[in-house]
Amino acid sequence: MAQIELRQVEKRFGDFQAVQPIDLTIEDGEFVVLLGPSGCGKTTTLRMISGLEAVSGGKIFIGDRDVTWRDPADRDIAFVFQLYALYPHMTVEKNIIFPLEAEKASKEVIQSRLKHVVDLLQIKHILRQKPGSLSGGDKQRVALGRALVRKPSVFLMDEPLGALDADFRETMRAEIRKLHIAENATTVYVTHDQVEAMAMGDRIVVMSDAVVQQVGTPHDVYYDPSNLFVARFIGSPGMNLVEGAYSDGMVHLPGDNQYDVPDRWRPALEKHLSGENVILGFRPEGAHANETGELSAEVYASDLHGAFNMMHVALEEENVDAVVHIRGERGSGHEIGDDIRFNLDSEMVRFFDPVTEQAILLEATS
Amino acid sequence: MTEVILKDITKRFKTVTAVDGVSFEITDGEFFVLLGPTGAGKTTTLRLIAGLEKLDSGSILFDGQVMNDLTPASRDVAMVFQQYSLYPNMTVYDNLAFPLRSPVNKLLEDEIRRRVEEACEILRITHLIERKTAHLSGGEMQRVSIGRAIVREPRLFLMDEPLSNLDAKLREALRVELEHIQKTQGSTTLFVTHDQVEALTMADRIGVLLEGKLVQLGDPNEIYDRPATIYVAQLVGTPRINLMKAERDNGLLHVEDSPIRIPFEGHEGEVPVSCQLGVRPEDIQPDSDGQFTGEIVLTEPLGVETVLHIKCGEQTLLSTQSGITHWHYGDEIRFNIVRQRLHFFDEEGSRI
Amino acid sequence: MSSFEETGPSTPVTEGIRVDKVKPRARLGKRVRALIVVIVAIILLVPVAVMVMTAFKSRSDVVSVPPKVLFEPTVEGLVFLLTERSQMGEAALQEAMANTEDLNLFERVALENGQRINGPSDFLRRLRNSIIIAFGATIASVTLGLFAAYGFSRFEVPGANDLLFFILSGRMLPAVVVTIPIFLMYRQLGLHDTHAGMILVYTVFNLSLTVWLLKGFIDEIPKEYEEAAMVDGYSRFQAFYKIVVPQAATGIAATTVFSLIFVWNEYAFALMLTSENARTAPPAIATMLGRGGIEWSAIAAGTLAFLIPVLIVIFAMRKHLLRGVTFGAIRQ
Repeated sequence: MAQIELRQVEKRFGDFQAVQPIDLTIEDGEFVVLLGPSGCGKTTTLRMISGLEAVSGGKIFIGDRDVTWRDPADRDIAFVFQLYALYPHMTVEKNIIFPLEAEKASKEVIQSRLKHVVDLLQIKHILRQKPGSLSGGDKQRVALGRALVRKPSVFLMDEPLGALDADFRETMRAEIRKLHIAENATTVYVTHDQVEAMAMGDRIVVMSDAVVQQVGTPHDVYYDPSNLFVARFIGSPGMNLVEGAYSDGMVHLPGDNQYDVPDRWRPALEKHLSGENVILGFRPEGAHANETGELSAEVYASDLHGAFNMMHVALEEENVDAVVHIRGERGSGHEIGDDIRFNLDSEMVRFFDPVTEQAILLEATS
Repeated sequence: MTEVILKDITKRFKTVTAVDGVSFEITDGEFFVLLGPTGAGKTTTLRLIAGLEKLDSGSILFDGQVMNDLTPASRDVAMVFQQYSLYPNMTVYDNLAFPLRSPVNKLLEDEIRRRVEEACEILRITHLIERKTAHLSGGEMQRVSIGRAIVREPRLFLMDEPLSNLDAKLREALRVELEHIQKTQGSTTLFVTHDQVEALTMADRIGVLLEGKLVQLGDPNEIYDRPATIYVAQLVGTPRINLMKAERDNGLLHVEDSPIRIPFEGHEGEVPVSCQLGVRPEDIQPDSDGQFTGEIVLTEPLGVETVLHIKCGEQTLLSTQSGITHWHYGDEIRFNIVRQRLHFFDEEGSRI
Repeated sequence: MSSFEETGPSTPVTEGIRVDKVKPRARLGKRVRALIVVIVAIILLVPVAVMVMTAFKSRSDVVSVPPKVLFEPTVEGLVFLLTERSQMGEAALQEAMANTEDLNLFERVALENGQRINGPSDFLRRLRNSIIIAFGATIASVTLGLFAAYGFSRFEVPGANDLLFFILSGRMLPAVVVTIPIFLMYRQLGLHDTHAGMILVYTVFNLSLTVWLLKGFIDEIPKEYEEAAMVDGYSRFQAFYKIVVPQAATGIAATTVFSLIFVWNEYAFALMLTSENARTAPPAIATMLGRGGIEWSAIAAGTLAFLIPVLIVIFAMRKHLLRGVTFGAIRQ
């Protein structure tokens, strides 16, 4: 197992900057997720770590070795592709031991590693089959097996669950995570699905438009997003973000709503806002419907999310930009067009500067 | 807007029966979702209603009129495809106007312009109206696809997994908008998907399909609270429902491969001695005085809630807790199971 | 403000920064390969250059050894190509020499060789036949091929695989093998030496090419495009020509060019199935005879003239041939 270090690693394609210079250290045994929408640079970054893509600048270290200009075969990594990349003319067993045969490992080593992987992934029953006759989930297990069998320093996974149906994804997500715990393998995992990132990552690197937006644990990126992008991107739905004028400790929200800012936030807001406006952020579960609630809105849509309801309410009539999402109890009986009042949990509100898009940090109380 | 009735429709492709005796009704103005995995027959059903495939048997009626032999053009339905329905070298305006210029419609340019502009307003794409569709993002393209259907003001909307190819975040945003548009316009809509979140959040009623057969029909609450089969119970709800074999012994339910014993107080149906027990993750609740104990083998902090994988005997149970919890791998945990919301299924998988 | 850890040197790493990992040896390899391509291109173009030069050389220059690269250009070749001439007697020659102002360029050149112009040669007529027959056959085979390809691509045709193979097999026979049977059939039907007959035979032989090429192009167009149009109220035929045909434009252009080239250059049928009326240019050019031997400059001029219509067509279609096809798929 090994630590991975990226120092000022960047990638340009002609004039196009695909990845801005990144500094990142991934600890030995850590499961780090590169998360972001399509085109943000996450896959390119992964490919640079693997050596499938050359860097335009910077250095990459795996363990203590400078691998920046080394071929993928020299870096002691295993790569799991989104579309499995299994050899269709070979059986599952051959597919899995193929990398070991390439290394010219001895027969005993091959057999023992094969047995280890087969037990771990429970694929004994498909060893003799060819990939063409397997289901998506089984194919993904075989792809994982092929990566695991070599015991490399680092596992790199490029959206391996993207091609699977929703319920498979859930199951495989847990399996990959359990594998990680069992093998304690340093893993870098790329996805656009923030639920996957939150469920699996020890730390998440949130990227957008070639730039790293935030690096943190699931707790950090969920409760303390460093900017508007992260706030919106993490969580489903993302954080509610409403802009309003700030004065005298009150935020003036659309629809004649006034929000009384908790005392401990006021000094920070006074000091750090660039302009007149502030963006108020809160998660759906941080709002509580209440007949005497501070804020009022009209119900725009309401959905069943299984164990609870998600209500989409408009602070101001006909203003689609002022729609926020509130989590509610099932059967609360709110219909489209109804009025609703709610309060915000003061521990869970956050503030952002509309101009810089950055989060406003609480002043440390001295 | 229209009422749609499907009676016993069947479609075979060579050796495969894609749709097998499916019957259901869609009332005027309803948002009806057909839910099922790939290959369940939902897209085929949609295409049969559109007229792109011919029925082998059964009938399709719009407002009482039989549609079986009518061409797609004469059925007055609008279809939104998963992808590839925008003409890349035409502008957004022309793409939206294209259906209105067909021989069936014969509209004047003034009326066409009015409808196109109105659709753009509703979908918030007015600023894109002169752009060629090849230069749009995925979400924008799907909005235009939906616009193409809206401009026709048809009697029925058919949507074939229109959000499936979009990034997770885009899907969320478009979902809410689609729901709002449909409710305010009152359009009868048939929406096909494999994503149960889409089904639960958007539907007035859901039809669950498996291998060409309709397995359950009901509104989202019914489907979630009273799944008719194990398949439906596992399909709907995330994380998945916990399913265990159990034996009834006097007043206790013995859950197989585990020390869990649940006091059993009778049930609306006759519960056989041996059955399958279903418990939703939100009905497994950690409690320091809890009746049962287990060990945490995995935690998945999703932000708004955390999924705990609890090993109890040989069974692994999933439990959801709100927020991000303090539990760690290896911790011992005590928990309770909510008895009022147990689901029972017999050997064949049907609800009891 | 990005809260990522800073590790390692905080000054930018300058050594080892390259735009793309290119070993010095690999860069050299690229240059060598480019040079080879240029050399091959030049070699391939030499015969064409020689032909163009020959068209404008005088009789003596044409046969000189070693071949002359620098020479005095003349229109002799053109004159020999385009006119019928005959030798003048001594007396007529003297008279003509005296009245040179009345003569146009062609007549003057003929005079230099002691000849009088009797009238235009058959060449232009042959060229006209080539154009009529080749374009006619191309239009017919591409149009029919387009409909057939669409049918095979979109509909469940019973025995489609066998039919397609049968169509392909048409190309497997060298034309020469069937010229005699077709000659006999045409004679019976009165199609021998007619434009219609030639267009017919070329269309049929081209169909195997056009159906296969076009089916490949149409297969790439998602059928959802037409289905969306049909659901919107268009008939299948309207969906076909409003949507499929524009989308397949590059494929149709490429297929047209290939078909045209095949017919344009065809020799066996052109020779056997025509005589006076419908004879096309290829046989005509090959048999240009003159006083004392083969008129090389005329042949070169004829070949040059023969090239021009096809070059015009390809030039007109160049955008379609070069343009990449974009389908606007929703994801990525």
